[in-house]
Amino acid sequence: MAGSAPVMTQMSYDMAHLIGATVLMAGFQLLYQRRLFAVLNTFAFQALALAAAAAWQAHIQNAPHLYVTAAIALVFKAMIVPFALHWLVERLGIHRTVETAMSIGWTMIAGVALVALSILLVLPVTANASALTRESLAMAMSVVLLGLLMMITRRNAVTQVVGFMALENGLILAAVSAKGMPLVVEISIAFSVLVAMTLFGIFFFRIRERFETLDLGDLETYRGDRQ
Amino acid sequence: MSAIWQLLQVFLVLAVAPLITGWVRFVKARLNGRIGASPLQPYRDLYRLLQKEAVVAHSASWVFRAAPYVTFAAVWLAAAVTPTFTTQLVLAHAADLIALVALLGLARFWTALAGMDVGTSFGGLGASREMMIASLAEPAMLMVTFSLSLISGTTSPAQIIAFVLSGGVGVEVSLGLALAALLMVGIAENGRIPIDNPSTHLELTMVHEAMVLEYSGRHLALMEGAAMVRLTFFMALIGGLFAPWGMALEGDGPVGVLIGLGAFAAKCFVLASGLAVFETAIAKMRVFRYADFLGGALLLGLLATIFLYLSEAV
Repeated sequence: MAGSAPVMTQMSYDMAHLIGATVLMAGFQLLYQRRLFAVLNTFAFQALALAAAAAWQAHIQNAPHLYVTAAIALVFKAMIVPFALHWLVERLGIHRTVETAMSIGWTMIAGVALVALSILLVLPVTANASALTRESLAMAMSVVLLGLLMMITRRNAVTQVVGFMALENGLILAAVSAKGMPLVVEISIAFSVLVAMTLFGIFFFRIRERFETLDLGDLETYRGDRQ
Repeated sequence: MSAIWQLLQVFLVLAVAPLITGWVRFVKARLNGRIGASPLQPYRDLYRLLQKEAVVAHSASWVFRAAPYVTFAAVWLAAAVTPTFTTQLVLAHAADLIALVALLGLARFWTALAGMDVGTSFGGLGASREMMIASLAEPAMLMVTFSLSLISGTTSPAQIIAFVLSGGVGVEVSLGLALAALLMVGIAENGRIPIDNPSTHLELTMVHEAMVLEYSGRHLALMEGAAMVRLTFFMALIGGLFAPWGMALEGDGPVGVLIGLGAFAAKCFVLASGLAVFETAIAKMRVFRYADFLGGALLLGLLATIFLYLSEAV
């Protein structure tokens, strides 16, 4: 398991591995939490770990533009988005327990299965890439899948949005660990998330105004194909 | 030489166990704003209990009388063969991690039997809950064992410690995950706060206390002593496997052993204080959430193994 690139020492490899695993663990934490504010705090922690991952990659790849990515993750995703969602939850007076479509235990088991799946998927596909890239890609893929899982298994619109953002964290993690990803792409991703966040906020208000709830299960009666 | 260290170890775990429990209680009391009893209070409690007459219920069978001795012996044996300050123990190779899990299981089995034997509702309730916790905690602990032995190629704690100390392993994600899982299992097995409250006699929240409610005198002393030794055992296990620094290895002389003793004291101090802070900061969990907590520990263990596979395959 020694680092294959000559510039990469065992230490830098281990650190990258560790930070990537922290992001992944935060993804699991998101699935485990039952309180809305705890979900938001965990999301902020995940973004913080992501910023650390980007900064560490910038350091070992000698790629200064990744520091910008780290700063974007730190400012937007670890601060602005959680604060905004926090404010929204308080403002809308949303019921603060997380309602799940599936029990927490089963969700976690499904999460582990997804991690195994993404490892099995990524390793054969990336046979030619360096060891660090392969591992980070496997972890990033897991984070993406866990975000998807969170979107599927949560009933409340706010937690679904957090799932979406977590998914996007996984994309950034993949982007920073692959060499040569242009900065423009990352900046545009970051801003699209911000725009999405604003749109979601407006949607929350609209949904609640119209249906007096943010539980998406209640919206299903309005779907055409059910009638 | 290793026979002497083994003998020292056997009595050391017994001697420090009440002090560690007392220290946890003392720090918790201070954090709660109380003065608290001296850390030496558990010694006095045990001495007092040993002086008292043991009262046994009319409906109790021999199981009830035998259980404290079996429980205490199993836990003491587990603690005696786990390296605390040196790996050069005669019995260190007699029991690997899987055997240690089995010894703890034996102790738990007999405690649960004793809880049901008298036929009071509390005992049965405690036994049922204890078994539920055990059925979740044991697989998690085995999963930790598997990931550790995959890393080091052995299930013997002494050899794992020697392997880690020889620099055979770097900063490994799997080790961190296994540590988290083992900490969660340790909390559950020792009946500490998110799972069980060791200082309560409120029927809704009792697990371990409910099973030993009928005991008195020397029987109770043995049961409480077993709980204290179990806590020491887990601290020795966690401190030894994940922070083995300072431990005396094969071939180290008395100086190395002295350093090992000092390191063991420091590890116990840190872990016991940490436990007290953790217990003060967190609230007791609902019984129906145990499955999530320990399921989380099991999944962490599983993830540790998956990550090992990942770093092997890369």
